[in-house]
Amino acid sequence: MPSPPPVTEPQGPIPPAAARPVGARWAYAFLIDIAVFLAVFAVIFGVYSIGRSWFGPVHVEAEISQDPRSLPLYALYSLVRILVAYAISLVFALAYGYAAAKSKRAELVLIPLLDILQSIPVLSFLPGVMLAMVALFPSRQLGVELGSIILIFTGQVWNIAFSFYSSLKTIPRDLREAAIIYRFSRWQRFAELDLPFSTIGLVWNSMMSVAGGWFFLMACEMFVLGDKDFRLPGLGSYLQTAASNGNTRAMLWGLATMVAVIVLMDQLIWRPVIAWADKFKFEQVESAATAQNVILSFIRRESLIIRAYRRLLHPMVEWLTLTFARGAKRAARTLTAVQSEKQRAWTGWFFAGVLLVVLGYGVYRAGRELALVSGHEYLLLFESAGLTFLRVNLALIIGALWTIPVGVAIGFSPRLARFMQPLAQLAASIPATALFPVLLLVLIRLRGGVEIAATALMLLGTQWYILFNVIAGAMAIPTDLKEAATVFRFSSADRWRRLILPGIFPYLVTGLVTASGGAWNASIVAEYFHFQGKIVEAPGLGSTISRASDAGLFDVLLASTLIMATVVVLINRLLWRRLYRLASTRYKLET
Amino acid sequence: MYWHGQPVEGETPNVSIVFQSFALFPWLTVIENVEAPLEARGIGEVERHKRALRIIDAVGLDGFESAYPKELSGGMKQRVGVARALVVEPEVLFMDEPFSALDVLTAETLRGELLELWLETKIPTRAIFVVTHNIEEAVVLADRIIVLGRNPAHIHAEFNVELPYPRDHKEARFVELVDLIYRALTQKDHPETAPADLQGMHAAAQRRYPMLPHTRPGGMAGLLEILVDQSGRADLHVLADELSLEVDALLPTMDTAAMLGLLKLEEGDAIITPEGEAFAKGDIQERKAIFRKAVLANVPVLRQMEQALKAKANRTLPAEFFQDLLDEHFSEAEAQRQLETAIQWGRYAEIFDFDAASGKLTLTDT
Repeated sequence: MPSPPPVTEPQGPIPPAAARPVGARWAYAFLIDIAVFLAVFAVIFGVYSIGRSWFGPVHVEAEISQDPRSLPLYALYSLVRILVAYAISLVFALAYGYAAAKSKRAELVLIPLLDILQSIPVLSFLPGVMLAMVALFPSRQLGVELGSIILIFTGQVWNIAFSFYSSLKTIPRDLREAAIIYRFSRWQRFAELDLPFSTIGLVWNSMMSVAGGWFFLMACEMFVLGDKDFRLPGLGSYLQTAASNGNTRAMLWGLATMVAVIVLMDQLIWRPVIAWADKFKFEQVESAATAQNVILSFIRRESLIIRAYRRLLHPMVEWLTLTFARGAKRAARTLTAVQSEKQRAWTGWFFAGVLLVVLGYGVYRAGRELALVSGHEYLLLFESAGLTFLRVNLALIIGALWTIPVGVAIGFSPRLARFMQPLAQLAASIPATALFPVLLLVLIRLRGGVEIAATALMLLGTQWYILFNVIAGAMAIPTDLKEAATVFRFSSADRWRRLILPGIFPYLVTGLVTASGGAWNASIVAEYFHFQGKIVEAPGLGSTISRASDAGLFDVLLASTLIMATVVVLINRLLWRRLYRLASTRYKLET
Repeated sequence: MYWHGQPVEGETPNVSIVFQSFALFPWLTVIENVEAPLEARGIGEVERHKRALRIIDAVGLDGFESAYPKELSGGMKQRVGVARALVVEPEVLFMDEPFSALDVLTAETLRGELLELWLETKIPTRAIFVVTHNIEEAVVLADRIIVLGRNPAHIHAEFNVELPYPRDHKEARFVELVDLIYRALTQKDHPETAPADLQGMHAAAQRRYPMLPHTRPGGMAGLLEILVDQSGRADLHVLADELSLEVDALLPTMDTAAMLGLLKLEEGDAIITPEGEAFAKGDIQERKAIFRKAVLANVPVLRQMEQALKAKANRTLPAEFFQDLLDEHFSEAEAQRQLETAIQWGRYAEIFDFDAASGKLTLTDT
């Protein structure tokens, strides 16, 4: 998924606060503890069955059951994969963003690299990752599992890293100065300034990343690599198998399970997390509407979680703070500034040298690989890039055409927003890839149905970015401007031309950038699909990548990946960045 | 810079700052904010808590320990800022316009509380530096007042205040001192107080392009109208009161008017000139005409801009052209601001039009 530039995300409506009956406090705490206990038992069972599957011998071609009764366990497998991938993503993204924001030299390389990495679709990483992991753990299922997790990771990590980086870059000056004046250690600065300031962006981007994980789940759990057919038991492979076999009943069961898991996660994890993140809002005055959440208020009572925090996490944080503070003091006394500077420069050069050598070798090998592709094949590749380009932009235009009027209508009417926003959020959270087989059932019979289906999948996967940004943009148009338009009796056309379109422009650009990147990435699943025993394919760069990955044609895979990354980065540089600049200068609403 | 007779380099002097914008961490509660500097010094939890509670009590925030900053009013927020600065028991405390973001009454209260902490030696701090644009505030609080000049920064004047605490705003000696400081502020800088090596260059720039105060021409009208009401002559601090402006807002406007010959400054008084009176009484078009004449007579850079534009066949030049000229005499950032101000004035005087999108200046037809 591409990185969304930080923008005020639309928030869902506020669930009513849990009214706490007087005197029932302990009864509640007791209930929560029982629930936590049950959950712990479920977790232990889950860990046990996952351990049995991961550390067992390799089942490269595991039989994927189509029995709905195996769905709960499959859902658990997939969920754990996504969450483990997300945890790795978060750690990696924090390190990446931190390095990019704190070191000018690293920033020079890391930020353009981020641009390129996030334009590479997950399947392009597949052969390398899979072969490496299987080689690392030849006799255990763990290798295949890790491979799948890393694939999911490559789809989740970049936007989180970018969000953290840009948050760090926008920390207000007075807070930075306060941290320096009061001699915060690196750790204290990270824990009390950097991380809290970035929390809201991290939460929204985490939600997007996990949604991206679901979107590409089918591609990450079941794939062909040369002569090997990899299948991991999970929700994605269940759906994929159902689609290949044309088993409609199983398709619907799988879809229903996925929707249920996503909705549950939304209610049990994301909603409480968003409500909790509210305290990190950077505001000096309390806003009128503060997010409340039933589950969060449950947790905040004297429950096990709070007690566990006090017992375990708090002493750890305290220990880190004090250790780093003392360390910083000692360092200030013993090392003069010049010495440490010199030392750091030396290690920097050393690592840069090693990196250069490795990179040089990599470029040389890649060049040789690319030379294997014939000129005719390159011509075909460019042609398919053109086709995907048309498809992506068609999806964007259709997306913009319906989302702009609908988004503006929702944004202008608080009444409409109250019941439409949660609906839209629910719709957006269903991964389009899971819906896709059902859609194909209908479209496959039409002429040009494959073309329509490919564009439809891109549209389904990315229109929400545009919609939510337009809603946020419409909400941000000041009331006095709207009133002025009414007072001066703007015609409907004038209203759109002079007020609404310029007003939502920055948000629209943000939405379109995200949607464009997403659509390019989605092309690998939209243009190539195993369905009813055959392969449904629309000619394009995405299908070329998928086919090359399936057949183990590394040279074609490399060439097509390179072309896709180049095209996406070029579009970003030539089009989106310019529109962005326009949006942030001319169309910025300032007071 | 020296600290206890030793160069500051390598040392970490025990100092603290109170910020104009409070600079509190919004995700930390009051007590967590106050404890943060102690954490940085590696002080354990129990001791930290004790010291934080003591200082929170001293600044009168008892009962708000677990509140978040956004729940507090401006005055309370700054109390947290003060508590956070004092909790490390600094030897020297710096306060950067600590009360300027607060309303008048709250600021007055906080000043009183600060004095109380200081006079009753409830805190171990040995000196407090306060930066302020409020002259009365300086006279209420300080033992010693230093007036700074700029370009390059230098000490412009110095006063010792020997009035007993608490000081009364209405007392004759108080009023006299305020007046004296205003007078010092409006006096031309004494170049001999500037470091010798900078003098030459500075003086040359002054001759060629006197520094423009960064004001909008429209602001002068209000000032001149009040002067007319005061029958043409008024004390600066009376004007500041009437306009409810602090010196950092009042003086640039005053300087602009003086530069253009619309008023004269004499011994802390502003005296209106005939042109100034005409400006105050004129309508918009008359004011613009007076302004144009005054600007072309007194502001070399605008005169030069007009001539350069006239010399071009298409009467158009990019603004950067003038930026380059100014760059030789000012720092880069200052040259930018000087140009912005000159463009602002030139547009008001209808000497030229400016197209922000293309960055081009075009001579106005007359």
